Amino acid sequence: MSVRLRKQHWGRTVLVFLLLILFLVPFYLVINNSFRSTELFVNSPFRLTNSLDPKNYIDAFAKMKFLNGLQNSFYITICAVALILFTASMCAHYLVRNRSKLSNAIFGMMVASMIVPFQAVMIPLAKIYGSLNLYNNSLTLIFFYMGFGQAFAVFIFHGFIKGIPVELEEAALIDGCGRLKNFFSIVMPNLKPVLVTVLILDVLWIWNDYLLPSMVLLSPSLRTLPLSTFSFFTTYSVDYAPLMAGLVLTIIPVIALYLLCQKQIIEGVVQGAIK
Amino acid sequence: MRESSLVKRGGYFLAFSGLSLFAFLCVLVIPFLYGFFLTFTDWNAISDTFSFVGLQNYRTVFTDKEFLRQFLVTLRYVAISAILCNVVAFTLAYLLTSGIRGQNLLRGGFFVPNLIGGIILGYIWKFMFANVFTQIGKAWGIDWLKTSFLTNPDRAIWAMIIVTVWQYAGYLMMIYIAGFVGIPKDVQEAADIDGAHGFRKLFRVTIPLMIPSFNICMFITLSRTFMTYDLNLSLTNGAPYGSTQLAAMHVYQKAFMSKQFGVGQAEAIVLFVVVALISVTQVLLNKKREVEV
Repeated sequence: MSVRLRKQHWGRTVLVFLLLILFLVPFYLVINNSFRSTELFVNSPFRLTNSLDPKNYIDAFAKMKFLNGLQNSFYITICAVALILFTASMCAHYLVRNRSKLSNAIFGMMVASMIVPFQAVMIPLAKIYGSLNLYNNSLTLIFFYMGFGQAFAVFIFHGFIKGIPVELEEAALIDGCGRLKNFFSIVMPNLKPVLVTVLILDVLWIWNDYLLPSMVLLSPSLRTLPLSTFSFFTTYSVDYAPLMAGLVLTIIPVIALYLLCQKQIIEGVVQGAIK
Repeated sequence: MRESSLVKRGGYFLAFSGLSLFAFLCVLVIPFLYGFFLTFTDWNAISDTFSFVGLQNYRTVFTDKEFLRQFLVTLRYVAISAILCNVVAFTLAYLLTSGIRGQNLLRGGFFVPNLIGGIILGYIWKFMFANVFTQIGKAWGIDWLKTSFLTNPDRAIWAMIIVTVWQYAGYLMMIYIAGFVGIPKDVQEAADIDGAHGFRKLFRVTIPLMIPSFNICMFITLSRTFMTYDLNLSLTNGAPYGSTQLAAMHVYQKAFMSKQFGVGQAEAIVLFVVVALISVTQVLLNKKREVEV
């Protein structure tokens, strides 16, 4: 029995490792061939590179204006996520602590809105904000993310704040602590685990998003990383080798973040899905 | 006195939820309602004026053969992807909760594709299908791999499905793992003592207890694959001959390429209704089947 079980385990381990290799082969090919010439890549994609020639990287770095894209992505992601975290947690706190018909209606509307796909508001957004001359502006994009991010964040915070005993806050309020101070010094610290969950989900969403920025950010100098990769690909589609390097450059920031806080990311993603 | 307390309460409400509500209303609620209104007009993005056309746009949508064909392609893509994603993810989760070595490292590895945006994934796989698979086909003499998936109208949609499964399997796997871990130990032991092993235990005990996880994962795959756009754009861009143009891309083309905002928005509303119906029925159906522990 125990021998059979161990055998099964060996079989499973080998199977899973093979599957993982199959899963990660595309990454191997992209990284490997980012150091090789287009000709070598087309003829023998699997052969391990024999040099670490950074030529393709230098090419891609300049042509896709990598630093510019990276900077824009950082700026937009950080501002938008910070705004979502602050506004949504405060709103959720108000809705939980002040139960009324209005609060319930607001919360219900937010939950219901989560089912609306982006495509259903894409055209009216373009019409409204385009005619107000607010397009082609990073701030508009940040505001859009703030709006789209509210419902989910409020929903998650709402569920969490319900579980925090109200007595803590009442004591502080009786002691003459203002409502804002009460929120930031008493409620906020308690929200930490759930702040991390929302932070991770929103960072991944905004960092990788393509369609919304592609509509709002029209001038090349405003482009985020996914946009610069896209324009790079449509412009230089003849020479494969620098494209491979461009892909690696685009992937590096997210993978770096993943290696740093893998546990939190996986936990955050699972928590966000289960709730 | 009463008035000042009303002002105070109003101020409290605005200070805490004002910004949140303002953004929510401006970005989601108002555009959504306005979009609904647009579907009854013939607005075309170029002229400043428009007139009401009643249900004309919806009539156009339901008689547009191209849209209907692409809608069917989308349905097929969604159905196959949803099933395959969940089968692969469930299998991976099953294998990775059975106590094999390096479990955490393996889980982390399968999750990687999910971190990367659809645009980038599409490009990575474009090279896989166009260069790598054809190379393998030629080297090993496998006929069906010799030509690229992406140039064949029947197989290009399968390229989309393969990448979708690759993208979501690791993510759904994590949710299934959480489900497996959440099954009470005493129930499993009881099953073991009663002599239920292997597949019997899996189908009679484990799977019924995993219904909540199935529920979540199905919801995620259905709602996401229905709205697939990024991957579609970078991997196939609808080619060859529009055989892989999914509904979300069609809406975009209609609105921003052919400048028919009214028709495009009517299509978007139709899609929204379909997604909403599928999601709600699916959640209700699964709620019924959940096993109480």
